[in-house]
Amino acid sequence: MHALRKHIHPGWLIIAPLLVLVVALYLGPILNILWLSVTDPEPGFGNYAKLGESDALLRILWTTVRICIITTMFSVTLGYSIAYAMVHCHQRQKNYMLTLLLVSFWISILVRTFSWLMLLGRKGLVNVTLEDIGLIAEPIAFMRNEFGVLIGMIHYMIPYAVLPLLVSMQALDKRVMDASSNLGATGAQTFWRIYLPLTTPGLVASTLLVFILSLGFYVTPAVLGGGKVLMVAEYISVQLLVTLKWGTAAMLAALMLFGVLAMLWIMSRFMKLSTVFGGAAR
Amino acid sequence: MADLANTGSLQIRDVSKMFGTFRAVDGVTLDIERGEFLTLLGPSGSGKTTLLMMIAGFLDITQGDIALDGASIADVPAEKRNFGMVFQGYALFPHMSVRDNIGYALSVRKRSASEIKARVDEMLDLVQLQEFADRKPTQLSGGQQQRVALARALCFAPPVLLLDEPLGALDKKLRVEVQEQLKDIHRRVGTTFIYVTHDQEEALSMSDRIVIMRDGAIEQVGTPVELYERPATKFAASFLGKSNFITQGDKTYALRPEKIDLRLGQGGSDARVSGTIRSITYFGSMQRIIVDSVQGDEIEVDIDVWRNQEALTEGAKVDLLWQEAAAVELHDT
Repeated sequence: MHALRKHIHPGWLIIAPLLVLVVALYLGPILNILWLSVTDPEPGFGNYAKLGESDALLRILWTTVRICIITTMFSVTLGYSIAYAMVHCHQRQKNYMLTLLLVSFWISILVRTFSWLMLLGRKGLVNVTLEDIGLIAEPIAFMRNEFGVLIGMIHYMIPYAVLPLLVSMQALDKRVMDASSNLGATGAQTFWRIYLPLTTPGLVASTLLVFILSLGFYVTPAVLGGGKVLMVAEYISVQLLVTLKWGTAAMLAALMLFGVLAMLWIMSRFMKLSTVFGGAAR
Repeated sequence: MADLANTGSLQIRDVSKMFGTFRAVDGVTLDIERGEFLTLLGPSGSGKTTLLMMIAGFLDITQGDIALDGASIADVPAEKRNFGMVFQGYALFPHMSVRDNIGYALSVRKRSASEIKARVDEMLDLVQLQEFADRKPTQLSGGQQQRVALARALCFAPPVLLLDEPLGALDKKLRVEVQEQLKDIHRRVGTTFIYVTHDQEEALSMSDRIVIMRDGAIEQVGTPVELYERPATKFAASFLGKSNFITQGDKTYALRPEKIDLRLGQGGSDARVSGTIRSITYFGSMQRIIVDSVQGDEIEVDIDVWRNQEALTEGAKVDLLWQEAAAVELHDT
């Protein structure tokens, strides 16, 4: 026992049961997926080779990436404005806004997705109203296309974008902005030269979070895309449940995993990731 | 660079600041001369920082007016006032190098790169930080950060420099050193300095004039010598230095501990008060002796150690002596 302590910090023994659980229940299945992707239906890289052969697969991947990028851009930009407003308004209003933000977290994604159908569908509130007052003759196709998917996804993602930004804005020393205006900088100069650079870690965290979460979206594209907008998550589920090609599904899942890891790695080349995930800014 | 020869006087006229129903600054009127080193001294909550923030333009004036060289600046926003400011905690830009911090004011004024570089080099010389130009603020010590903040605030040659407890974060030894540097820099640049502090030693050692503030109003204004030698009120006497208070009839006098002499034995004809030594505390250069007078007052006496030929002991009977002029009559009740 004594000899063991020399090499292993006793703290490890305390967290060992949890560690075993995490490895068994989390890492295990992930490894299993990776394993499936190179063994099913037959050993080798046949599943990955499909990427080069199948236009459909590439199209799905491209659709996914495109939608995720647009979603991220809009969510983070809107989230930045909302976080800014929250940090700079009065405490009372801030509490109201924070409550609303949390409430939107608690509402199920299914409910939020279907409510967009009610609002913007062919027989939805907006189209019916516009037709009744004679502004349009035919209903506008808000839904069952990529535009609809984007509306639903951006709406869902904004609260996620706000939180990391809120944290990084609240941590800012207000006197630094005072110093900037005292030195003669206009509001715009203070924003671009001081405020934005100092909130960049929050901006990166928010971008990563939204982008990574968007990659796995399933319900919203399925409902609002009306079957016309196929994203990776939905395609994986089809492979798993309908065509039973588990190897292809595992390959796509592995691809997304590596994609995310690659993004984190590229980010880490440019900045210290610890600042993005709440470490002290240096 | 602006011509500093005839700018930098401030006129503060009956200025008040209300926060809701709380009157943080209460009818302050003050004339600050060009090139003066003026200290606003007071305990926390005395309104000194609020007054400074109104001068800087970060807070609106509820009542009254502030003018620079006779022209009102009450409606001029902070970024247009051209006042330098050294913030409490310095508020340096953490993502910029020392050079970029100092050059910021010129850079937002869209000056040419060569002009900015020349001026920043000049400022780096002034605060002796040439070799630190490319460091980030977090890589500097507290004293060095303080100098960067000073150089940044002086870089655009403001007519007035505001300093909000700039030495608050430094340890005592460093403070004395930085006080000397600040005085020196003030002499060299000739800018009007308005300095906020709650530290009486800082105020005494650096200022041309001191404004003692209490509950949002001015208690007394004067040179350090005037304020120390002739305090007008009990508050002024006890906030700036230590003081004994002696009541004779309906008058109260302030008496500094170091202006009292002490002699063994009681009943001398020239003695003003007699008493018994309660305690003696040794401070190296001097000793502080607390005497219980026969009238029941507690009187503090500071005696140079070298003068103390006779061994004073606790419980000894003593006479206290002082010059007539040493006791200053106070004008409050």
